[in-house]
Amino acid sequence: MENLKIEGTLKTPSIDFDKDSGVLRISGRSIPENSIDFYKPLIDWIDRYALDPADQTQVHVQLEYFNTSSSKCILDVFKKLESVKHSGKPITVKWHYEEDDEDMLEAGEDYDAIIDIDFEMIVKSEI
Amino acid sequence: MYDSMERKNIMLSFKGDMSTDLLTSILQLIENKLDRFGESPKVKKRMFNILVECLQNLYHHIDRPPLSDEGKEQPSVIVMIARNLTGYSIITGNYVLNDNAEILKNRLEEINSMTAEEVKQLYKSVLANGEMSEKGGGGLGMIDIARKSGEKLDYGFMPFGDGASFFSLNVKVKQD
Repeated sequence: MENLKIEGTLKTPSIDFDKDSGVLRISGRSIPENSIDFYKPLIDWIDRYALDPADQTQVHVQLEYFNTSSSKCILDVFKKLESVKHSGKPITVKWHYEEDDEDMLEAGEDYDAIIDIDFEMIVKSEI
Repeated sequence: MYDSMERKNIMLSFKGDMSTDLLTSILQLIENKLDRFGESPKVKKRMFNILVECLQNLYHHIDRPPLSDEGKEQPSVIVMIARNLTGYSIITGNYVLNDNAEILKNRLEEINSMTAEEVKQLYKSVLANGEMSEKGGGGLGMIDIARKSGEKLDYGFMPFGDGASFFSLNVKVKQD
């Protein structure tokens, strides 16, 4: 199984999933008109990863913006990742947000409430 | 016309067809202008988020306008973005078939009757349980716009004839 690497664009985030270290990073902007097409490769990849996950999986979500069409797909990503937890290997989500970005913090809290994975909210101070 | 646009602080005004490229250009243009105004990161983000939803609504959910007398299609959407004393206004307009207008109106009335906390809960429950529409939005767009704006949605439907109406929406984005 190959690692998953997708370069970011103006409207889509970069995705980097290393199967050996179990570190998944999603960062940038997620505002495509068609989110389903964009997220499909990641969701398919997690399906395969969950069959034999790393000893520990760490998911870093560091988004500047995301649209409502992405929000549903991001939920689907987390739902797929729940199966890693159910396989008995630990998984955590580190949800990054900027200090003044209450909307992004609240979005992370929404997912935390819906998804059965431990979330950690990580504040990044403005530089 | 320049004077009148200056007075009303119009940042952008557009009438025509919405495309992916145009959507991207409008977002970049407004983002640059907000930077130039030295707008706070918080307002900038909020504005950008709401604008994305408004424009993508226009891209995904519009109905074609009825033909005019000359048999030409009317421009399908309008977008106007203005800066005022308390913040910004994002105004959009598009044609909707009356059946869809009814559904939209009920949804907007429902959202407007809710408190901020209720809107937040609605967002969460539609996200968790809502069905995904074939366009991927899952009905979250308007809820998200209302949630991020924090203001009541200001809208109107104007009968256009031939079973269609012109729907206009004015979303206010306040500065702190």
